[in-house]
Amino acid sequence: MVSFKQRDIISIRHFNKEELLYILDLAKKMEQLDNTDMLKGMVLGSLFFEPSTRTRLSFESAMKRLGGMVIGFAEPGVTSTAKGESLSDSVRIIEGYCDIIILRHYLEGSAQLAADVVNIPVINAGDGANQHPTQTFLDLYTIQKTKGTLEGLTIGFLGDLKYGRTVHSLAYALAYFGAEMHFVSPNSLRMPEDCIDELKDRKVKCHENESLAGISKKLDVLYCTRIQKERFADPVEFEKVRGTYRLSKSVLEEIGIKNDLKILHPLPRVDEMDESLDTTDFAVYFNQARNGVPVRKAILASVLGKE
Amino acid sequence: MKHLDVSAIKDGSVIDHIESKSTLKVADILNIQNEEQVVLVGMNLTSKFLGKKGIIKIGGKIIDQKEVNKIALIAPNASVNIIKDYEVIKKFKVAVPDIIEGIVKCFNPNCISNYYNTQSKLHVVNKNPIKLQCHYCERIMNAKDLVI
Repeated sequence: MVSFKQRDIISIRHFNKEELLYILDLAKKMEQLDNTDMLKGMVLGSLFFEPSTRTRLSFESAMKRLGGMVIGFAEPGVTSTAKGESLSDSVRIIEGYCDIIILRHYLEGSAQLAADVVNIPVINAGDGANQHPTQTFLDLYTIQKTKGTLEGLTIGFLGDLKYGRTVHSLAYALAYFGAEMHFVSPNSLRMPEDCIDELKDRKVKCHENESLAGISKKLDVLYCTRIQKERFADPVEFEKVRGTYRLSKSVLEEIGIKNDLKILHPLPRVDEMDESLDTTDFAVYFNQARNGVPVRKAILASVLGKE
Repeated sequence: MKHLDVSAIKDGSVIDHIESKSTLKVADILNIQNEEQVVLVGMNLTSKFLGKKGIIKIGGKIIDQKEVNKIALIAPNASVNIIKDYEVIKKFKVAVPDIIEGIVKCFNPNCISNYYNTQSKLHVVNKNPIKLQCHYCERIMNAKDLVI
């Protein structure tokens, strides 16, 4: 039997297909369930060592809509981190103030470290370029909702596939559902070799390309990502690849796509997706962001054992 | 009389059946330059099993489990003999453990294990050839990536 009670949510690798589907089913029920006192008296510690809009606010909204409370910070400058406190010490202290921690940190593996040193559940809200599992749950939820299924889809991933943690997590999860994957990126931002090897080991049909031309007509879903300036140590390297892809209505018409293509993006976008797409049936990224609330409600409720 | 390419030692440890090209790496991780008694290093010695092998003999030292684990990562076929009064009193093959803690640094510079004095921890996903996964950042490391 699937149970998320008191579990850490660190990496999508820690969940099997049945567990992924369990959260998606629960999220569907959560869409109908609002302003309850299911988590009354419980406190969420929201620790953001890196900027966030959607993840932080949708978690906080989810907790409050389930009757819980939220404490935390949105930037580390206001905490003892600025005085040199280690992450382990910070989470050990904060553990005494809340029932569950959500953590975003610029160092990879930070959520696992936090989970190892505290006795309350830790949810990874993004650790450097590594994982962002709750984003993956909501990406899967959005795909399932808009395509009607997760099985056997052809998915294109576009943009920064090297540092894009949402891409790594989503590709791993979609491997459970027999997806065929096309990875489209500048050469310097290709999917990490170990990710590709892992997918191939799991019998996923993987293809790498520098352009959407030639493959766009095969895609059921296109997952776009921003080229993340903050992940580049050298600004010259960023300048070489910025603006490589600019999707617009006219570009899609030119390259040709399926009529029922759905375009997702974890947002924020910069210049990779033109606003002309926003009003088309292809664009589901704003709904995708909205889906963060029911999905995170499902995660909080199941981890805190109240579903 | 049996001829020895590398002389016997009275007391200490002998690491045998090292792949020849890995001998100096093993010597390096055992920090032999700081030993005060006799240390003998042989390379390209004839081996029925490996073709060519390396051997290291360290006088007056019994190598510990942490060092055995390190050797296993570099020389998975190596064997260790503990010597007392020129006699082998214990003999065993090195074995790669399932989890390696505090020995190999994660090669990812953005991994939390390289900050805040965090001890590294790696899961062994494949023993030969060696393939390790960082417990924290999940990156996979092969033999060429190992920093010991």
